[in-house]
Amino acid sequence: MLSLRPWYEEPPGGLLPYPGNSVEVDTGAWRSRRPVIALERCVHCMICWAFCPDSAFIVQDGRLIGVDLEHCKGCGICARECPKACIAMEPEPALTPA
Amino acid sequence: MALAVSSRVPPVHGLGTPVALDGGTLVAHAMRQTRPDVVAAYPITPQTVITEAFSQFVANGEVHTEFVPVESEHAALSVCIGAAAAGARAQTATSGPGLALMWELLGVASGMRLPIVMHLCTRALSAPINILCDHSDAMAMRDTGWLLLFSENGQEAYDQAIIAVRLGEHPQVLLPVANVLDGFIVTHCVERALLLPDEVVSEFVGEYQPAYALLDLQRPVTVGGLDFQDFHMEHKRGQVEAMARAKGVLEGLFQEFAEISGRIYRLVEPYRLADAEVGVVVLGSTAGTVRYVVDRLRARGVRAGMLSIRSFRPFPALEVAAALAEVKAVGVLDRALAPGASAPPLFSDIASALAGVGLSKRLLGWVYGIGGREVLPQHIEGVFHTLADPSVPPGLVGWLGLREGR
Repeated sequence: MLSLRPWYEEPPGGLLPYPGNSVEVDTGAWRSRRPVIALERCVHCMICWAFCPDSAFIVQDGRLIGVDLEHCKGCGICARECPKACIAMEPEPALTPA
Repeated sequence: MALAVSSRVPPVHGLGTPVALDGGTLVAHAMRQTRPDVVAAYPITPQTVITEAFSQFVANGEVHTEFVPVESEHAALSVCIGAAAAGARAQTATSGPGLALMWELLGVASGMRLPIVMHLCTRALSAPINILCDHSDAMAMRDTGWLLLFSENGQEAYDQAIIAVRLGEHPQVLLPVANVLDGFIVTHCVERALLLPDEVVSEFVGEYQPAYALLDLQRPVTVGGLDFQDFHMEHKRGQVEAMARAKGVLEGLFQEFAEISGRIYRLVEPYRLADAEVGVVVLGSTAGTVRYVVDRLRARGVRAGMLSIRSFRPFPALEVAAALAEVKAVGVLDRALAPGASAPPLFSDIASALAGVGLSKRLLGWVYGIGGREVLPQHIEGVFHTLADPSVPPGLVGWLGLREGR
């Protein structure tokens, strides 16, 4: 849907006539740190899922299975709120000096 | 009407009930008749006459508008933007410093393509502080993407307040419109004018049918989204195209309005210009003074004429060039300054309109009326005399009525 159309096909004023389009956009590209979850210690309380401002925690059958890194912006709220301290914010690999 | 009764009284003709009202109250009547869903405004001289009169119409139940007495002009335009995005017909009014406080939102309104109508009662920008008329506020919003329609008197301000609603809301336009009336000169002077019947105006403007609206829950939309380098330029290109299309739409609306009012408006208004050797270009209420001087000079055999610019944005460059094509010397009157620029704003536009069609013409400019400085018929006569004097070099000649000393 977010195709690069010519200007005269764009809706007026950058309005988006289709809501919920952020699933199509990589909004996590500017992240400098990423959450790394020690899943073996996770109790699946879903506090990280509830606090995440970008709905980036992936849950399957009531259990946390990972993070959607296309939408996680690396804010670190999850790591701060996790009662088991099993989320660590680690530098993005690409940003780590060789 | 064939007899020139007295040029000092602007010709009021056409349909409607005669009233004696100041321009501000006339505009408030147009607001009442165009039935905005939301009006948000903050008092500021000389605009306050409009808001006062309109809020009384609301209090009396004569119009069912959500009137929001906001805490600032920044809030006034913000409320209008939110209302217009929600799908409402929104209007506001302001002057000089109030417009300056709206600045951030001016581009938001036009960039989001929201057809808000603003009645701009022109006032000098501080400092030194001044409440009187000049066009420094209107010129400061020149490049913000708003349509700018100047009016000569209360009748025109009233008529344009009605036309502006249709213009902005037109699906080919979708832009905010500023209806510009000169502070005090038009806003406060009581004039004879003709009020159209309520039902005629309400039929002319109709109901606003927004293509997209935040309150349309069946078709949800996102507005004001982040618009980076891969989209912003396309959206700005579309906005500029809408401004260009507004010219034709406005001409069509003038025709439609003539049918209900008997009053014929054009993008630019020539007066005795067809065979003129010397012509003056002007914006706003000073056109009345220039018309009076043109008549006086014509009576003495001077081939004088005038071009009054109604649609300043979009600027009808081709129409301007065509109107001035046969005039030997053109004088441009600017009621605003552009410090450090090659010329004041209107002069620059006239010069580029002429250059755009390859017309080389004797072009002279004057600054006048800054901070409410009186412009008198003898000043305008002096302009015409200078235009006719080939020994005066072209360019900016001077400031009308300035104490030059020496």
